[in-house]
Amino acid sequence: MDNLLLMLAPLFSSKLLLVLFFGTLFGLILGVLPGLGPTTGGALILPFTMTLDPLSAIVLLTSIYCAGTYGGAITAVLINTPGTPAAAATCLDGYPLAQKGEAGRALGMATVSSTVGGIFSVVILVFFAPILAQLAYEFGQPEYFALAIFGLTMLASIGEGSPIKNLIAGAFGILISTVGKDFMTSIDRFTFGINELTEGIGFIPVVVGLFAMSEMLTQSTLINQVFNRIALKAIKLPSKDDYKKTWKTILRSSGIGSFIGVLPAEGGTVASLIGYSEAKRFSKNPEEFGKGSIEGIAGAEAANNAATGGAMVPTLALGIPGSATTAVILTGLIIHGVRPGPDLFREQPDFLYGIFGAMLIANILFFIFGFFGAKIFARITLVPNKILWPMIFAVSVCGTYSLNQSIIDVWIMLFFGVLGFFMRRYGFSVVPVIIGLILGELVEGTLRQSLVIFDGNYLMFFTRPIALTFFILSLIALAFPLIRSRKLKKNND
Amino acid sequence: MKNVQKQKRANKSLPFFFRDEFRVSLVIILISVALLITTFTFDIVPPILNRGIQPATFPKALLVLIIVMTLLIYYLATKNPWKVEKKLPRSFFLTLSSFVIFVVVSKTLDFFLAISALSIFVSYCWGEKRLFYLFLVGIIFPIIVFIFFETILGLRFPSGIITNIYYS
Repeated sequence: MDNLLLMLAPLFSSKLLLVLFFGTLFGLILGVLPGLGPTTGGALILPFTMTLDPLSAIVLLTSIYCAGTYGGAITAVLINTPGTPAAAATCLDGYPLAQKGEAGRALGMATVSSTVGGIFSVVILVFFAPILAQLAYEFGQPEYFALAIFGLTMLASIGEGSPIKNLIAGAFGILISTVGKDFMTSIDRFTFGINELTEGIGFIPVVVGLFAMSEMLTQSTLINQVFNRIALKAIKLPSKDDYKKTWKTILRSSGIGSFIGVLPAEGGTVASLIGYSEAKRFSKNPEEFGKGSIEGIAGAEAANNAATGGAMVPTLALGIPGSATTAVILTGLIIHGVRPGPDLFREQPDFLYGIFGAMLIANILFFIFGFFGAKIFARITLVPNKILWPMIFAVSVCGTYSLNQSIIDVWIMLFFGVLGFFMRRYGFSVVPVIIGLILGELVEGTLRQSLVIFDGNYLMFFTRPIALTFFILSLIALAFPLIRSRKLKKNND
Repeated sequence: MKNVQKQKRANKSLPFFFRDEFRVSLVIILISVALLITTFTFDIVPPILNRGIQPATFPKALLVLIIVMTLLIYYLATKNPWKVEKKLPRSFFLTLSSFVIFVVVSKTLDFFLAISALSIFVSYCWGEKRLFYLFLVGIIFPIIVFIFFETILGLRFPSGIITNIYYS
């Protein structure tokens, strides 16, 4: 009961309500704009959150996350371009249905299934995050090391890029975390005599560079791209018949999305693809998929929004990001001095349940905004990139500079922007770099402290049941993409 | 799907040193080797004070891992070549060069002027020729951003020819 009251706290705080309102609105706009999305948007707004208290800052980021994930569907349905990667599967049936003159019906189904998926996942979050945190009480340094390794090996199976390329990117992220003074001995590493680097490379320049600046460079290669927009008259709530057809799909995809979200490093993109393919597998009319199936839209949208709550479970309970955007949220927690993990659940339940409540309200808010404002949001896609991206550049530069008032941070951001562009061009996802950067300190710190405890004996890791379980799971995570690609090859043959 | 296979075949017909997989792998390995050499210059903790591993050990292990995995992706790419990426358009190089211009102008003249110059340059290179919109993205918007950061966030921008006038 107490926890329920804590969850409702944002409703009674005008400041938090305002933050939620703004975050949801901003998230929707970001989701609608192809190339932006909640990850880049969250990265852009990170420096500004420093002016807020920790709860407001995280509420802002999570509301952007929830609304941004839904916002991608509007663009997917109306211009056949996913506003966010997680909406890619929505294009498959959303756009064909819109072409048939049923854009309002397609968006109505996307809005309802996203809301149901989102709320379902918050319920999962409320129940499972404390249980997982409780389990984490059993963790010592070796277990945390094994857990971080598990989180990193999960990078092998994330949606974009080849498994090995993702692992290289993750290792590179960890390497970036070693720049600066060694935390145990204060010995300089990779500082090259630059004083500013002794404190290490900050999260924000890397995050903004890899997401926003690299996207700006990507957009510079697409300036002649023409979108075919379908006009939206009004959004329509699904009919009784549509509900009858899709309720099982929505519930199944909500479950799938929440589960995929909980897995470290996975996220909405993988969830929506699996949600979509499972919807097709269970459908009575699989031949309609790809031609405007309402079940296809429901399956993809419920899953990608359900992944939002799921991805917050490991983020808050263990400090292991469940997706790219939760990596940004985790960065937000870290820069506000909040350390996720079991202690957070014990010491600051009001903070945590405030976030849970805010996510619940954000899901309801984006339903209202989406339902009444989809037509207006769809018009945002008309803002030309030649106006939009120079403005994003100005905000990115000032935001990055504002954190430490350091021009070096701005240059680091630009460097990572260029690096991120070439990484994406050659099939290396940038998400593992961020996850590696966040987990780097945990990996190295727990490894070294464990070795101190074990007197330098590496084999001792395998004598601890929880650590051993995580190592076995890591091996499975590494083998999974191999098994998957062999299965795909077999199917293709 | 057919298009990707066509692009892959096109890549296979190139000499190995022109292929993306070779060039990318080479760059990663060269940088990793250079960083690996750097790790040998890190200070060493005397054995009596050392607890656990040396500060250089962890980065060394990571770099070796990166090199091994890069060799592995190159080996796999010899069997299954990467698709040939489209040539980058002029607008990309102009945007990239605007980053360089930004760094030079912000370092030598003024941070605010650099933002303004880049915004106008990028917008123009991306096809915006209307003066009003160039004025909007290059002057009005940066001023709004400047005022926002200056007054609301209390940020002090680095000194330069324009910011000096404002601050004086």
